[in-house]
Amino acid sequence: MKQDRKISSLEQEIEANLKRVYEDVAKQDVPDRFTELLNKLREADKSSAGQPK
Amino acid sequence: MKDPKEEIVEHLSAMRAFAMSLTRNSALADDMVQDALVKAWTKIDSYKPGTNMRAWLFTILRNTYYSHHRKARREVADVDGEMAASMAQKPDHDGRLQMRDFNRAFDQLNDEQREALVLVGAGGFSYEEAAETCGVAVGTIKSRVNRARKQLVEILKMSDDEVMEATDIVTTGIVSNQKNVA
Repeated sequence: MKQDRKISSLEQEIEANLKRVYEDVAKQDVPDRFTELLNKLREADKSSAGQPK
Repeated sequence: MKDPKEEIVEHLSAMRAFAMSLTRNSALADDMVQDALVKAWTKIDSYKPGTNMRAWLFTILRNTYYSHHRKARREVADVDGEMAASMAQKPDHDGRLQMRDFNRAFDQLNDEQREALVLVGAGGFSYEEAAETCGVAVGTIKSRVNRARKQLVEILKMSDDEVMEATDIVTTGIVSNQKNVA
């Protein structure tokens, strides 16, 4: 009984920590390198389309 | 209608979180996201509008991981892990699992178990969506998730027992000291 309770609380802690590991990163601001990359990709699209949209 | 390319931007944070849980190394994770982002942007025609974009992006992401970055992950030193381990942590008295213990246990899972567990347990994917993302049957995802959970419990139960034993020794010491006084 005691062992079961211990495991079920362990399971809950695992679920909470799993979410925390993921959300800690998901909540961070996206680094500048990605904003810069997106701008480059958009620029490349514009020039390959021949004219700005 | 919104350009699906611009929709990709909304999933960047989630992509980084998923990449991080696969590589367990932030520099490698961001390199991987960068590769996946370029691939998704240039192959946007293969995305069917109205379908699950996050699942589509995660599929690209995990493909870049398995084809390029998995090898790199084994080669680079575990900088993040070392940093986390070197940071002094106060012992936790309320019995809550130490994040460090969890991270160590999580690192011991294999890639397939870790990704299945993250998609379902943290990414909010259904078993069906996770199966589609990983290109396997729903039953396979279910058993990977179950095995991953079981393995984490086993690893953490052991480290928990060690803490318990240490606590017992201290408690026994205090009790016997009190007896000696009396």
